[in-house]
Amino acid sequence: MEHRLSFKEYNEALKQNKLLGLKCNECGTITAPPKITCGECASTDMDVVELSGKGEIQTFTTVFVPAEGREAEAPYIIVLVQLDEGPWIMGNLTGIEPDKATMEIMGKRVKMGHAVFAGDKYSAGDGARPLFSFEA
Amino acid sequence: MRRVAVIGVGMTKFSGKQDKTCVELFAEAAMDAISESNLKPRDIQALFMGNVLGDFSEGQGQPQVFAADYIGAFNIPANKYENACASASAAARDAFIWVASGFYDIVLAGGTETASKMGTPLATRTFAMGSDSRYEYPAGITFPGVFAMLTHLYAKKHGIPLEKLKRQMAQVSINSHHYGALNPKAHFQKEITMDKVLDGFMVCQPLQLLDCCPFSDGASAIVLASEEAARKLTDKPVYIAGVGQASAGNLLSQKDYLPRIRSRELSAKQAYDMAGLSPKDIDVCELHDCFSIATIIALEGLGFFEFGKASEAVETGQTKIGGKIAVNPSGGLKAKGHPIGATGTAQVYDIVKQLRAECGERQVEGARVGMTDTLGGDGGTIVNLILKRGW
Repeated sequence: MEHRLSFKEYNEALKQNKLLGLKCNECGTITAPPKITCGECASTDMDVVELSGKGEIQTFTTVFVPAEGREAEAPYIIVLVQLDEGPWIMGNLTGIEPDKATMEIMGKRVKMGHAVFAGDKYSAGDGARPLFSFEA
Repeated sequence: MRRVAVIGVGMTKFSGKQDKTCVELFAEAAMDAISESNLKPRDIQALFMGNVLGDFSEGQGQPQVFAADYIGAFNIPANKYENACASASAAARDAFIWVASGFYDIVLAGGTETASKMGTPLATRTFAMGSDSRYEYPAGITFPGVFAMLTHLYAKKHGIPLEKLKRQMAQVSINSHHYGALNPKAHFQKEITMDKVLDGFMVCQPLQLLDCCPFSDGASAIVLASEEAARKLTDKPVYIAGVGQASAGNLLSQKDYLPRIRSRELSAKQAYDMAGLSPKDIDVCELHDCFSIATIIALEGLGFFEFGKASEAVETGQTKIGGKIAVNPSGGLKAKGHPIGATGTAQVYDIVKQLRAECGERQVEGARVGMTDTLGGDGGTIVNLILKRGW
């Protein structure tokens, strides 16, 4: 069966600062990142849509002990953001000193940019992720 | 379906970096389990083994076939289970199903890992492979990072000030080390204090060093037998009364159900329903305390406390021996250690020892029913087993 939206297509779009998702024609749910079926009802009847990249921080952490190969990035903030269209997505946060972030940022509105993990010997290539910043 | 009993258990001491290979460690645990079952290796009909990182830590793929041969269980079918930290529990559950079905009468389940050998940077990288490599790892996720985010969600959802929650979480680690100090097989056999937990370096805000379990080396094994075979081999069979297993996608796909873990709630219900028991019937539980907050989340998901109430229950001693539910009297993953592929059957090892009343100073008096809870990834796999004294 064909993918409506593959990792590669999603990743290439994100590198152009476009966040793509899939809108289910049966239940209306937006699935992002993509899956071969709707994340809510498992329907295969979905169309690719571009998402706003805006949403609200649900939770966060600041990573001080990173994995091998990511040392130069630490400390960095990871956020889970609920997008205005519904899905939750994982990304990083800029615009605040990582070691100054507290639970005060939970619930704050953010907008999306992107950054690219160049990949390592295990990752079979690069991977973009949203890099959020606070909405003005 | 036939009744199935655990008739013998074995476990190496859990520790930091070992000179022994993952196959050698498994063989030690396996030979003890087989010997305790009054069996010989040739009596074992199949092997189900958990191992996650043998390829990264030792360059060893399919350690289960070398282990079967190494212990003298020549040419038996041997399968490896990789469900991140829940690998050995998934192996044990499948072993149970094969014996219950009547296909086998006597099987060996277990797990082995040499995670400490890898050192922290590579171990952190390879553990993170249990997250979604495409949609989570590019953001730099680590396992402490996952549970750090759940900590903030838990504090906000239940309106508990973070500083208060952190002290309650520290008590989880203090309890684990208290029991670990009494367990000769534990990785850490020393008490820790509140000050020491709260002074530890920050791993992932707000989790500090002693909120986190260690990378450990070690192995564990259990022998499962049909009721008919068990009756001939031991007068102390421990029956597997209920099993449960469920899966979930990446953390972000679990959305606003978090910080609850739906896969745990589904898995635990399967196990309780199959056993015809409820949380109040459990005397002792070995649960997946990979991080201090993970204990609090598990205590609620398993039904021992209401949602939002477990951190207070820990603070008031309700999870210690003599409290409402005895939790991790082995020292748990925090103090006993966490060689990930071996953890699930090490939990079974400890529950079996408790039900046989062989735990000395950390014995839960009169324990008749015990439960294990093992989590793999960010809720990706949960396995629960309920065990009952058969005498």
